[in-house]
Amino acid sequence: MTTTTLTDGAPAASTDIKIRIRELSKVFHTKSGPFVALDDINLDIPVGCFFMIVGPSGCGKTTLLRILAGLEEHSSGTLDVASPAAGRPGNSMVFQGDSLFPWMTVWENAAYGLNMRGLPKGEIKNVVGHYLARTGLSRFHDSYPHQLSGGMRQRVSIARAFANDPDILLMDEPFSALDEQNKVLLQEELLRIWEETRKTVMFITHSVDEAVTLGDRIMIMTAHPGRAKVMVDVPFERPRRVLELRARPEYGELVYNIWGHLRDEVQRARAQDEGRAS
Amino acid sequence: MSNAAQDANLKTRAFATRRRGWSRESIERAMNLVSPVALLLIWELCARAGFIDVRFFPAPSKIFQVMYTMIQNGQLEKHLWASMQRLFWGILFGGVPALALGVAMGMYRTLRVIVEPVIMATYPIPKSAILPLILLIFGLGEASKIVMVATGVFYPILINAMAGVLEINKIYFDVGRNFGASRWQVFRTVALPGALPLIMTGVKLGVGLGLVLIAIAEMVGAKSGLGYMIWNAWEILSVETMYVGLISIAVLGLIFTLLLNELERMIVPWKSSR
Repeated sequence: MTTTTLTDGAPAASTDIKIRIRELSKVFHTKSGPFVALDDINLDIPVGCFFMIVGPSGCGKTTLLRILAGLEEHSSGTLDVASPAAGRPGNSMVFQGDSLFPWMTVWENAAYGLNMRGLPKGEIKNVVGHYLARTGLSRFHDSYPHQLSGGMRQRVSIARAFANDPDILLMDEPFSALDEQNKVLLQEELLRIWEETRKTVMFITHSVDEAVTLGDRIMIMTAHPGRAKVMVDVPFERPRRVLELRARPEYGELVYNIWGHLRDEVQRARAQDEGRAS
Repeated sequence: MSNAAQDANLKTRAFATRRRGWSRESIERAMNLVSPVALLLIWELCARAGFIDVRFFPAPSKIFQVMYTMIQNGQLEKHLWASMQRLFWGILFGGVPALALGVAMGMYRTLRVIVEPVIMATYPIPKSAILPLILLIFGLGEASKIVMVATGVFYPILINAMAGVLEINKIYFDVGRNFGASRWQVFRTVALPGALPLIMTGVKLGVGLGLVLIAIAEMVGAKSGLGYMIWNAWEILSVETMYVGLISIAVLGLIFTLLLNELERMIVPWKSSR
């Protein structure tokens, strides 16, 4: 259970790897005994990679993200994250569901990370103003979250993470609660904003379409206990346009292939659920 | 929830335009005055008609006459001011530590486990029953009255602040941690504002209890204040003065409630639907 930084005495070439995970596992101790959420995870995520994790529900993908976010401790194995540039936060998370503070306005929410770091007022104003403009929320900066639609709230959440300018962006099914039209719009928006900085992203989803649309590389996870089943590279060039991409035959092929890997796992997860229920 | 709030908002607006400036809110506020005024009117009529014994229930017009004289000669102002000052310091000395401790207990399990039994054991003791002890410790001066109010204010604010923090969705604490908030920053940006709606409930309860306790405390060993005024009126059998004291406390309570409601609207703007 060690967390070290790669740049400490490591050869120069390895700095191209942002996140290195070796034999990582996570066991929760519950009343009905130990529960293995993650088992033997091995990963190398290069700098600037848009990395997707797809898996059936309950496969521990959120747990993996929470470990990276520092919200959870891993039980064994190693997790190495290249240290961020001075003054820059290691990671920022876009949470699943409503995570905006109801007691703060859109502006205050988006500026949260910067305020916590005590940056100068002028800089906060510039950065937050930029990301609210990029997400089309400038007009709503004085609104409270309960006055916004679900899609707008998730945009604020994205603006909050990007404005914090982290080394790594962690996204936990940020669009899962949205309807299909909003989802496509927000995916396009996310890609556009991401193109500006090309940060390393770890993005969790249960949607194969979303994984292929957004990602450079996709890890498909097994049902409980969560393991890496297969790694798929997405060959499409960037910048991408969501709808044009989806019209291409290679896109359909890739989605079909990934579904092939995933189908068994979804069925296994289902069998486990049914087994638990009876 | 947001849709319902917006709908309500729209309805109110539509209503307002139809009624030409008479919003539903101002109508409701005006209706608040109907029942007390009606009560006074019935009381006056009954007293004049001889349905009730005016030795115990003097007519409101008589009471207001006495009240007018007491305002003229500065007696009411003196007593009112004395009580208000004690209330203010009592609420401050009881409320601020209760707020800090309550929120901290909500945030830290260990602190909660250690302190909660003491709170739960001392909470049910009637505060009026410890008045002799407080007089013994703090003497007959101002301190004993202020402490009395403080003990009354302390519990409801502490318990509500703690419950308020415990009700906050865990995800907000995760956000605070992920965005690098320090303990103090989590307290200031997550725990305190998240608990604020319940804290305001605690403050309202506490202020109400403070009014009760200040009246009791002033009846024993005080030479000023509304409580003293009522007790003294009983001793010299001036029933009207007694009622002036009662009405003053009632009005004071009403003003506090209105002010606190206004304060709540200002500092809890994200719950504007009420």
